[in-house]
Amino acid sequence: MATVTMTVNGKSVSGEVEGRTLLSDFVRNNLNLTGTHIGCDTSQCGACVVHVNGKAVKSCTMFALEAEGSSVTTIEGMANPDGSLGTVQQAFQDNHGLQCGFCTPGMVMSAAALLEENPNPTETEIREYLEGNICRCTGYHNIVKSIQAAAAAA
Amino acid sequence: MYDFALQRPQSLNEAIEALSAEGAEVLAGGQTLIPTLKNRLASPDVLVSIGGISELQGVSETDGTVSIKAGTTHGVVAATVESYPALASLAGNIGDPAVRNRGTIGGSLANNDPSACYPAAALASNASITTNKRTISASDFFMGLFETSLDEGELITQVDFPVPDAANYQKFDQPASRFALVGVFVAKYGNDVRVAVTGASEDGVFRWSEAESALASNFSSSAIDGLEVDSEGMIEDIHGSKSYRANLVKVMTKRAVAAC
Repeated sequence: MATVTMTVNGKSVSGEVEGRTLLSDFVRNNLNLTGTHIGCDTSQCGACVVHVNGKAVKSCTMFALEAEGSSVTTIEGMANPDGSLGTVQQAFQDNHGLQCGFCTPGMVMSAAALLEENPNPTETEIREYLEGNICRCTGYHNIVKSIQAAAAAA
Repeated sequence: MYDFALQRPQSLNEAIEALSAEGAEVLAGGQTLIPTLKNRLASPDVLVSIGGISELQGVSETDGTVSIKAGTTHGVVAATVESYPALASLAGNIGDPAVRNRGTIGGSLANNDPSACYPAAALASNASITTNKRTISASDFFMGLFETSLDEGELITQVDFPVPDAANYQKFDQPASRFALVGVFVAKYGNDVRVAVTGASEDGVFRWSEAESALASNFSSSAIDGLEVDSEGMIEDIHGSKSYRANLVKVMTKRAVAAC
């Protein structure tokens, strides 16, 4: 076991982990931040996307120890300081950008990363950026609409 | 996953030292290695993560050469390389955005997956692959399926790509994995044309020499018309037969030349 320390959603955290402990397991099991979902555990589905130093990554395909000293944002860090939904989250609610909701944390994190890189993406750019996020309910249409709305609202 | 110790050296020298231990392996971006570990297809005693080594990060472009440090992610290559657009575009179409934020050029080349994109760029450009011990020409680097000329404990530190006069990479996506079902990289240096094919052969990336000769005298897609690719030795799986892949090599080569 080794001690890992990082900043998660603005707070400094540390915990005891094995070398093989995944970042997804660290945030869920050590920090009880269960909004980060583990869908496939094979880096295909994107439900586990978090931001590490501002970049979207699949937290099931990174070890917790690799995030030592990093700044991590999970879906729990996307709300406004007063607890109300953040812009991207609100856009997903307004546009019915989810059905079962399992993929939604990853969709919101990928969407936020896209809008950071490209504040006014085209529909094609949005769909390309979501290549690593799989939704089995919506057919993606309302997810794309949600991201377009979030871009317009920002 | 079997358990292992994970080390995070902060300098190249520390990493080389750590890699000299019995049972130690490199962890670069982990986008192939971590799924492999999950499937228990690898069981290192020690993983040496090179992600924290700043000496292994970055891109520089001078005098017709693009130099990429081994730990540079696909996302950074896609966003920063200016003088070699075909290379930047290739990097920008590996996997998906989150994978591109972790996966590295050194990891891709060292793994030499027969369907990976970077080996095609390296071979078509005859890139120079520098390690902690020596510099290896891409022509001497790829040794077949997941095999390279790297020794135990040898670490790629930098890859230098001579910038061609014209180049294009055409990738026929395998849509589930986002690897290349077939990918063809064409690069033209004066009258010398190099055509590197990934995703097709059971021996991994290879040069299609007949196409290179034809294109050297007539650099147009019609120069490929009369050529056929032998389907012997092609990969066959549920996604495509040997003959399908052989035909795709020709189709993608024509598209790449047309787009140059």
